[in-house]
Amino acid sequence: MRDLWPLALVLLAALALPFVVAGMDLAYVVGIATRIMIYALAGISLNLILGYGGMVSFGHAAFFGTGAYVVGILSTHATYGEPLTTWPFEVGGTEQALIAWPLAMLAAGLLALVIGALSLRTAGLYFIMITLAFAQMIFFFFVSLQAYGGEDGLSLFARSQAGPLDLGDDRQFYYLVLALLALVLFLKSRLIEARFGRVLQGIRDNERRMRALGYPTYRYKLVAFVISGALAGLAGALIANQTEFVSPAFLDWPRSGDFIVIVVLGGMGRLYGPLAGAALFLLLEEVLAAWTEHWMIILGPILVLLVLYARGGVWDLIAGRLSRRKAGADG
Amino acid sequence: MAEPLLQVEGLVKAYGAVRACDGVALQIAAGQIHAVIGPNGAGKTTLIGVIAGELPAEAGIIRLAGRAITRSPVQARAKQGLARTYQITSVLPRFSALDNVVLAALAQQRHAFGFWRPLRREAALAERAAAALARVGLEAERDRPAATLAHGQQRQLEIAMALVAEPKLLLLDEPTAGMGPEDSARIVALLKALKGGLAILLVEHDMDAVFALADRITVMVNGRPIASGPPAAIRADAEVRRAYLGEDAA
Ligand SMILES: Nc1ncnc2c1ncn2[C@@H]1O[C@H](COP(=O)(O)OP(=O)(O)OP(=O)(O)O)[C@@H](O)[C@H]1O
Ligand SMILES: [Mg+2]
Repeated sequence: MRDLWPLALVLLAALALPFVVAGMDLAYVVGIATRIMIYALAGISLNLILGYGGMVSFGHAAFFGTGAYVVGILSTHATYGEPLTTWPFEVGGTEQALIAWPLAMLAAGLLALVIGALSLRTAGLYFIMITLAFAQMIFFFFVSLQAYGGEDGLSLFARSQAGPLDLGDDRQFYYLVLALLALVLFLKSRLIEARFGRVLQGIRDNERRMRALGYPTYRYKLVAFVISGALAGLAGALIANQTEFVSPAFLDWPRSGDFIVIVVLGGMGRLYGPLAGAALFLLLEEVLAAWTEHWMIILGPILVLLVLYARGGVWDLIAGRLSRRKAGADG
Repeated sequence: MAEPLLQVEGLVKAYGAVRACDGVALQIAAGQIHAVIGPNGAGKTTLIGVIAGELPAEAGIIRLAGRAITRSPVQARAKQGLARTYQITSVLPRFSALDNVVLAALAQQRHAFGFWRPLRREAALAERAAAALARVGLEAERDRPAATLAHGQQRQLEIAMALVAEPKLLLLDEPTAGMGPEDSARIVALLKALKGGLAILLVEHDMDAVFALADRITVMVNGRPIASGPPAAIRADAEVRRAYLGEDAA
């Protein structure tokens, strides 16, 4: 429970945000904050396997993009009233969040099951390459889907419908994303301390030892991979809603790289790391990209320094500073 | 004689041209300590790896309590009562000593797919782990990360991780290697106390420890067992003295 105070803090700040920025361009600020939270969600999902499981997946965009496409495709069919399939029975599209979002998670999770089952037989550099290769296959699959816009992607007619909420209203959408982020963080704070999470971390630290102790390590890694994929699918469903647009760019490999950067920047194996990482990454992008299009040249060295000197990323810098100040106050 | 707990026949394991195990045969009765000695590179660590299931055997049979396990994966063998320690210490460096042993104890359960209840609050596991730590004399270090333990303490921790699983057969690869005389004596005393409760295959270079503990000794040279028998017979065996113990051995 002591790990939950940052969550409470973030929640408070985020709840207040739409009110305190009233003077500024509200839509702009809320838009960026929503994007940060969605990318944080994707980062949290990757952190589960990368930070806690030691699996360097370079294909996480595949799950993110698949989630986005599920929402996009279902929504298009609903808009035009065309059934998805007529055999064995007619299945139509939907704009209902309660149906489309879980389906996005299911599709991404199933994809993760297939990709994970095959690539987890390898490790190290091979694992990085094979996850990348699978993700590019999925990328080209969506590029070739002419019915859904091919390379150009697909515009959504509207955001999903979620009961009494009007997700077309940026502020309401923002609060829903915030609630989902808080829920996921809470569930993850339980998971990483429970049996499964501890075994996963043991496998990360010394897989050979864990196997000798009697753990079928492949099974644990695969389950983590599937959970991670499904969660990335949820983030994808949200991004499709925010941008009201899906395209193969959501699945391309630079996106997978962004997710890794977010996790490394924020702190691998730190519960709140991806939140800090996503905020820093997107804000840097916002500021530096306005200044120069080669903004990655600046971010690159920062990343190298972090990997060399601060394995815990920005999160440990923040948390470290805070706890030191607390210690100072006590003493 | 009753059926042996471990029965190994004609075991072969090669690394390219090097036949690290070349027709190894040995039997260990329940509750006995069986020492395997031999010069560096004789294939002792390889033998433990093959019995534990981490290295595949190319030929031969391994039976545990009468059941052939030659083709079973490591995890299956661990669940059937095999536990091992490593010549080069292998623990979970970031986990506390207690958590290392807790994970070892948890491995014996049917599965560990728990997603909600904190592992730290599973009192039964923590109690078993604490008892195993106490057995090896590490109770005072329970909350220290394994990486910060002294070398000898890490070796003790490994033994605790093996013991908590209550194995039928414990495979120990040089448990006193790199230890000072005090720690070493403590391990020998611990193994003596364990004697009878479980079978142990003990690979060890410290001959005082071997002759103090072993019920039977097998001598390996170049992947082959050249002699096997009770300690007194091994001590007297001329070939063994020439090959390994040296002319000046007692
Ligand atoms: N992974 C490996 N690849 C290639 N050769 C190996 C490997 N492991 C061991 N060997 C070789 O196999 C032979 C047996 O090695 P092993 O480690 O089993 O000997 P050992 O009896 O345990 O020696 P020591 O007393 O030094 O621990 C040696 O010749 C060694 O060089
Ligand atoms: Mg050895």
